[in-house]
Amino acid sequence: MSALRKLFRFHGGVKPDYHKHASTRQPIAGTPIPAELVIPLHQSIGGPPRPLVQAGERVLKGQRIGDADGNVSSAVHASTSGTVTAVEMRRMPHTSGLSALCVVIKPDGRDEWIARQSFDFRNASPTETRDYLRDAGVVGLGGAVFPSHLKLNAGKQGRLDTLVLNGAECEPFITCDDVLMRERGEAILKGAAIMREMLAAGRVLIGIEDNKPEAIAAMMAAARAAGDDAIQVVAVPTRYPAGGAKQLIRVLTGIEVPHGERSTDYGVQCFNVGTAYATHDAIALGQPLISRIVTVAGNVGQARNYEVLFGTPMRDLIAPCAPLPDSDRVIMGGPMMGFRMPGDDVPVVKATNCVLVGSDALFPPPPPEMSCIRCGECAKVCPSDLQPFEMYWFARARLFGKAQEYHLFDCIECGCCAYVCPSRIPLVDYYRFAKSEIWAREVEKEAADQARDRYEFRLLREEREKQEKAAKLAAKTAAGREKAAAALAEAEKPARTPEEEAKHALIAAALERAKAQKERAHPENTSNLSPEQQAEIAAIEARRAEIREQAKPHLRADD
Amino acid sequence: MHNSPYFLKPASVRSVMLRVLLALLPGIAAYVWFFGAAVLVQIALASVTALLAEAAMLKLRGKPLMLYLGDGSALVTAWLIALTFPPIAPWWLTVIGVLAAIVVAKHLYGGLGQNPFNPAMVAFALMIVAYPSLMSQWPAVGFTDFAPQLNAIFGPRQLDAITMATPLDALRTALHTEEARATVAGVLGSSASFGNIGGKGWEWVAAGYFLGGLYLLQQRIITWHMPAAFLLTLLVISGAFAAFDPGHFAGPSFHLFTGGAMLGAFFIVTDPVSGCTTPRGKLFFAAGIGLLTWIIRAFGAYPDGIAFAVLLMNIAAPLIDMNTQPPVFGHKDKRGSAK
Repeated sequence: MSALRKLFRFHGGVKPDYHKHASTRQPIAGTPIPAELVIPLHQSIGGPPRPLVQAGERVLKGQRIGDADGNVSSAVHASTSGTVTAVEMRRMPHTSGLSALCVVIKPDGRDEWIARQSFDFRNASPTETRDYLRDAGVVGLGGAVFPSHLKLNAGKQGRLDTLVLNGAECEPFITCDDVLMRERGEAILKGAAIMREMLAAGRVLIGIEDNKPEAIAAMMAAARAAGDDAIQVVAVPTRYPAGGAKQLIRVLTGIEVPHGERSTDYGVQCFNVGTAYATHDAIALGQPLISRIVTVAGNVGQARNYEVLFGTPMRDLIAPCAPLPDSDRVIMGGPMMGFRMPGDDVPVVKATNCVLVGSDALFPPPPPEMSCIRCGECAKVCPSDLQPFEMYWFARARLFGKAQEYHLFDCIECGCCAYVCPSRIPLVDYYRFAKSEIWAREVEKEAADQARDRYEFRLLREEREKQEKAAKLAAKTAAGREKAAAALAEAEKPARTPEEEAKHALIAAALERAKAQKERAHPENTSNLSPEQQAEIAAIEARRAEIREQAKPHLRADD
Repeated sequence: MHNSPYFLKPASVRSVMLRVLLALLPGIAAYVWFFGAAVLVQIALASVTALLAEAAMLKLRGKPLMLYLGDGSALVTAWLIALTFPPIAPWWLTVIGVLAAIVVAKHLYGGLGQNPFNPAMVAFALMIVAYPSLMSQWPAVGFTDFAPQLNAIFGPRQLDAITMATPLDALRTALHTEEARATVAGVLGSSASFGNIGGKGWEWVAAGYFLGGLYLLQQRIITWHMPAAFLLTLLVISGAFAAFDPGHFAGPSFHLFTGGAMLGAFFIVTDPVSGCTTPRGKLFFAAGIGLLTWIIRAFGAYPDGIAFAVLLMNIAAPLIDMNTQPPVFGHKDKRGSAK
């Protein structure tokens, strides 16, 4: 099941303090059903689902309450039985504090399931299975919440070499995958087997960082019990961000999937272990995704992992963990890539792998930013092999084109550069700022292109109207009825004089040229966007104003 | 409120700079042992001048004073100037040099991190052009009496008793100006300036800098690229010419252990602000300095060429960086590098 295999290295990476022990001392706990569940409809990458319920309606546990909006989307379900009290805007678990449409449910305490039925995927077409998973709300639970059904597609060749299961979990404090692997390895492997069949993958490699010996042992035991030689549990060196999908694929297979390309074109697909677990739940048990394992850690007396119903307010989760008195913030995710929440009232969603309680003592405010001395520490640790300080200079100088030339969009915002910077420059903020500015400009450019098209069309229409008027005028003059009728008929037909014909041809040709030019000059980053990127744009747009505000003092400080 | 990452590694510009100063100590100790305590006076003089100039410029530019004054970068510049200037240079020579470095080369170009030229080398080049004779008066090896040295720095100067040409200078003068029969072997054998492998005394100072350089490598403050490329280039080219015409070209050991070669290799060429940053760029950059240094030493009018070589390559650094960008993740095989 586990063999000594050649592993590969990814460039850079850092070794922060992991703080993982505190939350793994106890097994996964359940949480009581809260007094109110606030379930955001938009919990995945892609289109926001349409609400299927109204206030006053009774819903059952697992009942679909939001329908996927097209194929690039994912359904949402009621996490328990109860009554819908409202479908309204509520604050989202997002730094911006913006609101979005949520289904508010008052639980009845009975926790009554819908009729659950396993899905016979072996006798269903791949498309049917994918549709089923979309409607079961299965999305990537590593934090990216990309709809899983879109990734369960073997691509052109119809088969893959390798299915990678990501159990690396490299972010400090987070242990939800660790405990899931310790306690529910069998179900994870069953989910992986379903995925492997759908992808026609030759082998399954489960990558786990070697600071989780218990999880590795548990998964090895589960793999032995499953008796499948194609499944291999691989301990990978502990080095953040080894759990980045591209980094883990690199470590396990040696393949580097370039930015903007599909890993399936390289014969690999990667899923989080939690996603495999959710896939098994959906297919084998007929249970849609309504809960997940969430680590509560940081500035708390009793860090622990909980199985949490989506829609549970984070404060309900934090309270039993004995937060220390100086706690003043909640971060969703880990300390390297997580986002500060606008308050502790926001709900747990599919993307919530960790609720990190923070304080100034635990996460001290950064020392004042100094000038870059080009020491190159950031370049040494960048897992995307970028030159972060060069991108920083360009972002600060607003030379966004140059920043892109230096592969700004290959940046995965892992935070390694800012972590090691001796000048304490919030480098990732500069990249987020530059990316959002570039996206904003491209959206503006697109709008300008549309305006120009409209303008050109108006010119064309005015030209036509002018001719019609001229024809009518001609009819009014004393030139005779026949002549007028002839002219009118001509204008209406609209047969034109050779002169007019030439003019029209010119206009049409100009329009054609403009169109072709526009296609050629189409901006690089907003064309052919994956749904993931589109959603990222939307998310970044929301953060934009705030980041700009924050970037301003940095930008001003040194001019 | 700040954004992720919320965790930072304990690192600071100050800690980097302080470790650079620490790494200079073995070389300074050897310096004092062989040439007396005058260099310590120069270090103190340069440090005070640098801190005052830095404070004044920060104030003028409206920058947070304590934040940048405490970063230690002015001290590194000051120490490098004190170590490259003659230790018995008159006090004002050092002061003007430091002012040129801190005020002009550093702050007028935008302060920490913004200077295109290595400030210490700007100071050295400026002063050797402006005061060539004062910059050529070096203490005789073994003559470590403090009083006459102090007198040379602050008082009326009576230098003949305590000065001696540096090894590089002695060799160049002999080969270029004396009778045409002079050969390297003859000069090296006849003068008291020369030791076993480099300049007498200087070879030990160089060894001290080498030791400090190893510490910087171990601390990962510098990478191997620049010292290796610089020293190797100097070694190969001096070796080749010495093999070709041993009468007129000194060999590698002489070049590596005299003048500022070791100090340059680990402390000057490696300045991150004004040098190249990509791994391949560092190799080109430092090799260029090695080549230019040798050319200036062998054919130029100045005894040592490192300062001019560094400044010339500083100009080329952005161009080299631009053309040596390493391939990014996922694009490696297209550019020919191993995947």
